[in-house]
Amino acid sequence: MRAKTWFHQWGSPRWFFEKAKPVSTVLGVLSLVFLSLGIIWGLAFAPEDYQQGNSFRIMYVHVPSALLCQSLYLFMGIAGFIGLVWRMKLTDVAISAAIPLGMMLTAVALITGSLWGRPTWGTWWEWDGRTVSTLVLFFLYFGIYALRQAIKDSSTKANATAIIAMVGTLNIPIIKYSVDWWHTLHQPATFTITEKPAMPSEMWLPLLVMVIGFYCFAGHNVISRMRIEILRRESRSAWVKSIATSGEKARYVF
Amino acid sequence: MYFESFEALLAMGGHGRYVWSAYGIAIAVLLWNQLVVMVSKKALLDQWKITSERQQIIEENKDQAP
Repeated sequence: MRAKTWFHQWGSPRWFFEKAKPVSTVLGVLSLVFLSLGIIWGLAFAPEDYQQGNSFRIMYVHVPSALLCQSLYLFMGIAGFIGLVWRMKLTDVAISAAIPLGMMLTAVALITGSLWGRPTWGTWWEWDGRTVSTLVLFFLYFGIYALRQAIKDSSTKANATAIIAMVGTLNIPIIKYSVDWWHTLHQPATFTITEKPAMPSEMWLPLLVMVIGFYCFAGHNVISRMRIEILRRESRSAWVKSIATSGEKARYVF
Repeated sequence: MYFESFEALLAMGGHGRYVWSAYGIAIAVLLWNQLVVMVSKKALLDQWKITSERQQIIEENKDQAP
């Protein structure tokens, strides 16, 4: 019974709007701390790679953005599934909030990968498994974005997005295992759950800090976007109207 | 610091332009996304302010209506 109540709370945009505020604030502060620390550490303090020299420092922005754009897509796929099965309003809000950041981070992963590839592989672009499947991920994001711009009716829009988001998650394991399935220039994963990283700790610690920082930033950003979107969509409801007409106090609910 | 001088940090042993532009793009994208959130919040607050001010004027002039 308690679990059922807990689950149904997620169906209430108002409940989410109120409860998510402190979470978003904490994540925002954490991301600022971790990202500032990680950027300075990665750029100026980590030792250079004995083979790649200083170009390997690109890893500290490339790996987190590549991980995160896949996680955000998976998040959209799960949200789409829940939205289709249980008809929750919140899931479409979540998807709409994750698209811009996910799409831009996929572009960041591709561009920083290219900037890393030039001095390391000697080419800006290589048509191999990892790069192509990541490019497909970018097109999936872009497709969903464009589709949402084109469809007027909000429930058709939500259903169409949810289906594409769900189907597109098939691409995620392809990205993940591409480095093992095909012979490729791309190096294998830095972190695995079962093994110790091949790098020394002074190299992978800043990466861990950056990954945590990126994830906290995404949490903060997606929740903030969701809360704004909720206010927009629920603008006719009594609870949003009471906030809107509360004058100076309105500033503090954000 | 790993580097001996600030110049060495900028040059990155010849990889400076790749490293700095990668970090520049990543940081710019994060800042942009934060900025979008802040701007939309402000737009919503401004919109609310205008609506409630308008509402107030209507309330105040209720009796004077013909």
